[in-house]
Formats: sequence, structure tokens, C-alpha cells
Amino acid sequence: MRAALRPWAAVAPATLFLLVVFAIPIVMVLALSFSGPQVGVQHYARIVTTPVYSRVFANTLQIALGVTLVSLVLAYPLAYVLSILGTRTSIVLLGLVILPWFTSLLVRSFAWMVLLGQNGVINRALLSMGVIGRPLPLLYSAFGVYVGMVHILLPYMVLALYSVMRGIDRDLLRAAQSAGAPPWRAFLHVYLPLSLPGVAAGSLLVFVMASGFYVTPALLGGPRQTMIAQLITSEINEAVNWEFGAALATVLLLVTLAGLAVFNRFLGMDRFLGRRA
Amino acid sequence: MRSDRPPRRWGMLALYVGSGAVLVFLIVPILIIIPMSFGSALSLEFPPRSLSLQWYVKYFTTPAWLRATGTSFQVALGTMILATALGTLAAFGLVRRRFVGRDLLLALILSPLIIPGIVIAVAIYLVFARVHLVGSPLGLVLAHTVLALPLVVVNVAATLQGFDESVERAAMSLGAGPIRTFRYVTFPLIRPGIVAGALFAFMASFDEVIVAIFLSGRTATTLPKRMWDSVLLETDPTIAAISTMLIILAMLVLVLPTLGRGRSTS
Repeated sequence: MRAALRPWAAVAPATLFLLVVFAIPIVMVLALSFSGPQVGVQHYARIVTTPVYSRVFANTLQIALGVTLVSLVLAYPLAYVLSILGTRTSIVLLGLVILPWFTSLLVRSFAWMVLLGQNGVINRALLSMGVIGRPLPLLYSAFGVYVGMVHILLPYMVLALYSVMRGIDRDLLRAAQSAGAPPWRAFLHVYLPLSLPGVAAGSLLVFVMASGFYVTPALLGGPRQTMIAQLITSEINEAVNWEFGAALATVLLLVTLAGLAVFNRFLGMDRFLGRRA
Repeated sequence: MRSDRPPRRWGMLALYVGSGAVLVFLIVPILIIIPMSFGSALSLEFPPRSLSLQWYVKYFTTPAWLRATGTSFQVALGTMILATALGTLAAFGLVRRRFVGRDLLLALILSPLIIPGIVIAVAIYLVFARVHLVGSPLGLVLAHTVLALPLVVVNVAATLQGFDESVERAAMSLGAGPIRTFRYVTFPLIRPGIVAGALFAFMASFDEVIVAIFLSGRTATTLPKRMWDSVLLETDPTIAAISTMLIILAMLVLVLPTLGRGRSTS
């Protein structure tokens, strides 16, 4: 294998493929975003100066940030418990995290439509128990978007935290406590700092993925929860304004790349290949 | 020390209950669809008052659903083959060699994992629209391979990391050529990674919506694209039946590689 496989011979087909089908198209989007009637930054100027568009961007960042925080708060204790359980139990429980993660995003969003609708499972149950007098507006609302997106992104956060927490030596906690620290101090000063790489990786991943969401906000949100991806789709498919759609896509791409750069700077891409960077 | 025992036990209890609640939140929405899909009423209800297979019958007797499923299988198989071939080869180069531009290439291969699907979909759509690859299964295979490639690379690389290259040298010093060495020594050892990568690639394509929304056109509608069109209009209970089948498919794909691994070690 050593002699037969020159490094570039092995990676050349994939590289060539990605250049043609992925990299060049992305560069063409960038180029297109500066064209249109005339060459220049007109489309970007329009994004910045039109309140509707800047509101969609603000919405998107706000939802992405909120979803990240909620996911972190829900995932942290779960990942901790998974990391201290015996191998067999934790594998079974991890399965409960991985099955939803592996299930189609469309199926999960549909499930939430069925649960949250006017006539949905939750409203009917609450009505029949007499807790509420009329259906709550759970679907087509910010609540729906948050629930759906947290449900879809939570497994990423749990897995990122779990992979770091599993490697934390819990004797350090015991040492801190035998030295007189109460449990909360031992946690705050010993465990939390050691788990921060997982917090950073999970949060960054969830934030970046959340900012590009399309299917879930389109199905579970109302007009006030419109996110960038929905705007891009309507500009390209309905308004057939490719140049403006390309400019919107470029801004979204920049948000993503900024996240990727931070990730690479602090954690290293090699992490994905199963090696500690 | 003894004084902080009771509060600690309560703390652990709260932790377990909280974690259990989060697990319930993750799994229940998926599981609740399954009994609902067997309902006999005209709309979805939970729990169903009586059972029937009406929505499954509707799915299996509606040509448009079956056609979309066929397209999805075709596209997912094509994606699986192309992504597994390109990705396995690339993983070898990335794990075993240091070369100029390696980090850049790694970033290029992995970036579809994190660049929003909508950006990739729009970029590919703008190019494919000019070369008549919109509305063709081939266009979908090419686009889905971009998304599936990093999954194959990550899975194969993970098995290659723990691979002892001296067994290859041993085979070759005993007279095996590079192809025989790969076939009889390397491949059996990294097969779990390749199988997992291939299954991930298949599922990534089979469940993909956003690229399909742009590239399906009128002639290559995939199952998720058709589900999307249907869900936008109404909550058609047929979707619950299809969802149930997709959930079972996901379970199978999750369990399959572990069964394969069990077999190869026994």
C-alpha cells in the first residue's frame, strides 16, 4: 500500500469531485452576489438598509442563540449522568439519544406538528383534563420553533459534551472534596473548567447549524419566526431574484465560516478524524 | 462528611429525574407517531380509538408515493456507492500521509457537515440549472454525495486510526501484491468503518430534504420532497405511516453495523 498509494492519488478523486460540484458552485454564488443589474455591493446594501431583511437576520441569530442555550442547559446534566453510568446502561441510554438524531429531520418536525397543533395531542390532552379552556397556540409560534429545533439539535450537544465528560478523571472531584471543598465548589472550580471544551464544541456546532435551519421553522413557526434560509428559498424559487438570494446565502455562509474558523482555532479539525488535536 | 450526604442524595435524584425527562423529550415525539399511524379515524389521534392499516394501504396504492420512494432508493444507492468509493480512498490519504494542503483538503471535505444545507443547495442549483441536471436522479446523486462524503471519511478514518500497518507489510513481504493485500488484509480490518460510512451515506441521501427541494424539479421527486409538499398543505395521516417506516429504517440502520461487527469477531 505504501508504494502503491501516493498521497495525492488517494485524495485526488474526492478533491476533484468536491471542487467541481461544491467549491466552484459556492464561489459562483459569491460572484453572483456582487452582480445583478450592475457590479457592486448593491444587494448587500439592500440587506442592511431594508428593515424586513435585517429583522430576519436578527430573528435568526436570536433563535440560534436561544436554541443553543436551551440545548446546553438540557444536555449538560444528561451528558453528565451518561458519563458516570456503567458502560452497558450508558450504551442503552445513548441509543435513546442517537435514534432521534438518526431519524429524518422532516419526520421529527412532522411529529411536532402533530403534537403541537390546534387539534394536536397536547392541546387535546390538556382540554380533556380541563387544564385549559381553549387550545393554546403552540404551533406556528416561537414556542413551536424552539421546541422543534432544540429537539433536533439536542443530540449533537449531548454527544459533544459526553465525549469530553467521559475523559474527565472523577478522582479530581473527590480530591477537591476531601480537601474541604463543598460539592458545588468542586464542580465549579474543577469539573466545569474541564468540561468547557465540550461546552464550546457543542455550542458552536449547535449555533452554526441552527442559523441555517429551514425545514423546522418553515413547518413549526409563524411569519414572525422567519429565518434566513426561508428568505433565501423564497428569493430564489418564488421571486427568482438569484443575485439577491446569492447575497443572502453569502452572509449566512460568512456566519458559518466564522463559526468554523473559531472551532478550528480552538479545537482543531482533526477532532473529526477521531484524534485529539 | 456525613452531614452533606442527604442533600447530595437528593441532588443526584434530581439529576437522574431531570436527565430522564430530557430523554423522554427526545424519544417520545418519535415513538408517539407509530401508534397514531395505525389509527382508523380520518385524522390523526392519540391514542387511536381503533386500529387499521388504512394509511399504509393508501401509501402502497398511491403511484406518486411509490414513484417518489423508488427515486429515493435509486438516488440513495447511487450516493452510497459514489461517496463510499471517493470517501474511503480519501480517508486513506488523509490518515496515512502528511502532505502540503492536507489541512485545507480536510476542511474542504468536512465543511459540508457544517455549511448550511440551504447554501449548498442554492450553489449547486445555480450551476445544475445551467447544465440540465435539475430534475434528474444523477443531479441528486452528485449533490447528495457532497453531503455524504464527510460521513464516509469520518467513519473510515476512525477505523484507520487504530490500524496497525505492519500487518500490511507482513502480507506484502510474504509475496502478496497491493491489491491482494487490500482485499485480504486491509479491507476485512476496516470493513466496520466502511459499512458504517456507507449506511450513513445512504441515510443522509434518503432523508435529505433541502437539496431535493431545489433539484427534484418535476421529474425526480424524492420521498422527502413529496412529504414536504404534502406537509406544507395539510397534516395528511399517510405521512405518519411513512414516518413510522422511516423510523424503523433508522433503527435497522443503527443496529445493522453492530450485528455485522459481532459476526466478524466471532
